[in-house]
Amino acid sequence: MARALATTQTTLLPPGKISVELVVNGVETKFDVAPWTTLLDALRERLDLTGTKKGCDHGQCGACTVLVDGRRINSCLTLAVMKDGAKVTTIEGLATDGALHPMQQAFIDHDAFQCGYCTPGQICSAMGLIAEGKAKTPDEIREMMSGNICRCAAYPNIVAAIQQVMGAS
Amino acid sequence: MSHDRSIPRRPGDISRREIMQGAIAIGALGYVGADAATSVAIAAEQQSPVGTPITRYIGTAISRIDGDAKVTGGAKYAAEYKVPGLVHTFVVGSTIAKGRIVRIDASEALLVEGVIAVLTHENRPRMADNDKAYKDDAAPEGAPFRPLYDGKIKFNGQPIALVLAEESEVARFAASLVRVEYEDEAHVTDLYRQRDAAFALPEPAKPRGDAAKAFGASDVRHEGEYYVPIEHHNPMEPYASTVTWDGGGKLTIYDKTQGVQNVHRYVCGVFDMKPDDVRILSPYVGGAFGSGLRPQYQVVLAVLAARALERSVRVVLTRQQMYSLGYRPAMIQKIRLGAKTDGTLDAITHDAVTATSQYEDFYRRETTWSGLLYHSANATYAHKLARLDLATSCDMRGPSAATGVYALESAMDELAVALKLDPLELRLRCYSDRAQTEGDVPFSSKNLRECYRQGAEAFGWDKRNPEPRSMRDGSDLVGWGMATGVWEALQMPITVRVVLTANGHAEVASATSDIGTGTYTIMAQVAADMLGLPLGSISVKLGDSTLPQSPLEGGSWIAASVSNGIVTTCKAIREELLRLAKKVPNSPLAKATVDEVALADGRLMSRQDASRAILIADVMRHGAVDRIEMEKSTSFANDGKHAHNTHSALFAEVKVDEQLGVVRVTRVVSAIAAGRILNAKTAHSQIMGGMVWGMGMALHEETLIDHNFGRIMNANIAEYHVPVNADVHDIKVIFVDEQDEIVNPLGVKGLGEIGIVGVPAAIANAIYHATGKRVRDLPITLDKLL
Ligand code: FES
Ligand code: FES
Repeated sequence: MARALATTQTTLLPPGKISVELVVNGVETKFDVAPWTTLLDALRERLDLTGTKKGCDHGQCGACTVLVDGRRINSCLTLAVMKDGAKVTTIEGLATDGALHPMQQAFIDHDAFQCGYCTPGQICSAMGLIAEGKAKTPDEIREMMSGNICRCAAYPNIVAAIQQVMGAS
Repeated sequence: MSHDRSIPRRPGDISRREIMQGAIAIGALGYVGADAATSVAIAAEQQSPVGTPITRYIGTAISRIDGDAKVTGGAKYAAEYKVPGLVHTFVVGSTIAKGRIVRIDASEALLVEGVIAVLTHENRPRMADNDKAYKDDAAPEGAPFRPLYDGKIKFNGQPIALVLAEESEVARFAASLVRVEYEDEAHVTDLYRQRDAAFALPEPAKPRGDAAKAFGASDVRHEGEYYVPIEHHNPMEPYASTVTWDGGGKLTIYDKTQGVQNVHRYVCGVFDMKPDDVRILSPYVGGAFGSGLRPQYQVVLAVLAARALERSVRVVLTRQQMYSLGYRPAMIQKIRLGAKTDGTLDAITHDAVTATSQYEDFYRRETTWSGLLYHSANATYAHKLARLDLATSCDMRGPSAATGVYALESAMDELAVALKLDPLELRLRCYSDRAQTEGDVPFSSKNLRECYRQGAEAFGWDKRNPEPRSMRDGSDLVGWGMATGVWEALQMPITVRVVLTANGHAEVASATSDIGTGTYTIMAQVAADMLGLPLGSISVKLGDSTLPQSPLEGGSWIAASVSNGIVTTCKAIREELLRLAKKVPNSPLAKATVDEVALADGRLMSRQDASRAILIADVMRHGAVDRIEMEKSTSFANDGKHAHNTHSALFAEVKVDEQLGVVRVTRVVSAIAAGRILNAKTAHSQIMGGMVWGMGMALHEETLIDHNFGRIMNANIAEYHVPVNADVHDIKVIFVDEQDEIVNPLGVKGLGEIGIVGVPAAIANAIYHATGKRVRDLPITLDKLL
């Protein structure tokens, strides 16, 4: 890593910033970001979209799950510059005109969270899961939602919330 | 996907819309026409004895009032506050377990453009030089760790430097360039190696009878040693502090904590600051489970940096660094049980060795639970503490009971096998109606018998074939196990402020926290019922050190403390309203006393005769006040004549793949007796969460240390296994009716801990029943079954 840095006489220069364009929650967003910045940090620290959470920064917990071009990904494992031109949907982009998305409402109805820290990731992941169309049974939902850890352990309620939305769609 | 908003509701679930409608109705306050729900409440009230609360909201399954914030990303946690000119940081941790720093070379790190400074023990601002300043409300005996104080290394991963930079990535990269030279000292991190050097703690509880003698004379004996490894809390939110430099040295700190006022006192002490110059805020906490009872080192580092630079600073720990905080101590337990052939107990002895650091003596009374849970004329307890070169251990969900009861309930299962008795039947034969550990007093309430009955029935326990390896599902061995759970119904002094305004709104405030427990919601429910207002007309404030005094949020005591605290303060509001009401000409309440009136439906009214009522708005108008503010403290007298406990009965089913040793927990039933349940929905989540923690403890969780280096090997959330969605199947929670008029006015006993207690043993016992193998060290991983 050190060698990636340009050395002048007295300073080590971090990598230069690159212009990136993302459509975040329907809004075209252009900003400069260093290549080592993850999509997660770009969302949280550059765009102040802190709804997307950092639980491990290593792709181990799912708290950072967002939808990129409709697919769920761990935004901590993705560099922002890799997603130039992509459509990103975060938890902040789900409610429309102040009305909660049915998945958000289902999470509230079923108490599918306690502390709420994993929740944006769970909800985005659940949206991705439904879009994939693979999970049909509760066991399949459980299996395919297992990339999202909930230490408060609201798991059965998360499954119930997802089933509610699946049943309605 | 359809966007149909019609959502099937659970019984008892009141929608947000209804709450909002209620708010509108009462907001006008001239409106007296009682809606259906209020009429029911008033009818119930009229029949209830004086002082009994109206319960329109208490006990129902209302959704969390902070739910919207949490599902929209609006809820902000400690690292998420946007502050202009914020300095980002990265913590450098020690790579040795014991010794001292000879030299820290930050020169290369400082060359990185964007790096502002590297803070170490050599260049940090001044901080307190005495142990007392570092003692927080939850500090055990000893000399608390002082972050960045000097060059001594007490545990691996200890913070030794903080890189300060304009961007977080820069700080992180520069941290990798900080070179450290150490002088190593020999360390020990293995509890088994230190077992013989452990020192005895004062007697955990008074022994009774002569347990050694009775054990020797018993018809049937069981003796076993049980092990629980170190476990880490791993809340999903990493520890973080955002310190805003408010100018003139004043600080506002967004911190991840279970006690804003604890952190406040601590920061004032460590940095010799005036109370008014520091404010701690923690409105949302992304889980803590005990890890946030004590102030954590990131808050010290953040304040040091803010004071050094006179700028706002954020420190966020990585998941890896969170393994350098506290943990559930590893524990070796030895249990002896002696019984008569009829299954009554003659002797219980429970010995434990647990781990702490070299500098503080953290321990709980693990062994005493054994003498409390079952009747036995003879019982002794011993507890030893071993010093290891690790950070100080700390409370973790169900501290002492999760571990102590695991050993006891495993041993009871083994005794049942030795006695050829059904394990549930054994528990009933040893049932204790009195708390022998507390001077043989009765319980304020104990409905454990009903837990056993309802739990067994829901599970289908009577269909159990007692023979191990006798039940199968295809190629899987099936096992059924059970256990008992117990916890204390604790309560702590608390102060609650209520402000009632003439527009029919009330704000209820106390400096407690909601770490996911549902505190916001139950505070609103209790206040709404006590003030006779719709839930939507109540706002709740917590997580702010400037609010009225609250204890730490832990030990399952907040629900009982804050709800009864609200009752006290609301009574003062009622008193003031009554005082004003008596001045109204021809007041229908002229002769009433405070206990004879209630607040309901926006009115102050006689409990005996609901027609004798005055609108609160009218009372306030006549009294020429537009707000009534009351702040009252509540403390809980323990009469010493009763024990206060919660109980549970656990039943678990496991399926074990015989070839692979893989264990699946397919069903768990928990029947809980914990007094009045304030919110059926959040209470269910509390217990369910605890049960899943019990599954993790039984099957997954173990912090592994490479003792050569004294370093944790699985300091991440992929190799430290916690239960995931696929691990959790059928979970059933039953709240057994338990009225308690002794413990506190509302009869609330708390739920945070009891959910986990007993679950690991129920699962371990089920695994024995499935496989015929008794594994006495947790977690029961597949290698131990092959
Ligand atoms: S923060 Fe991305 S998976 Fe944990
Ligand atoms: S709600 Fe707390 S981690 Fe999932």
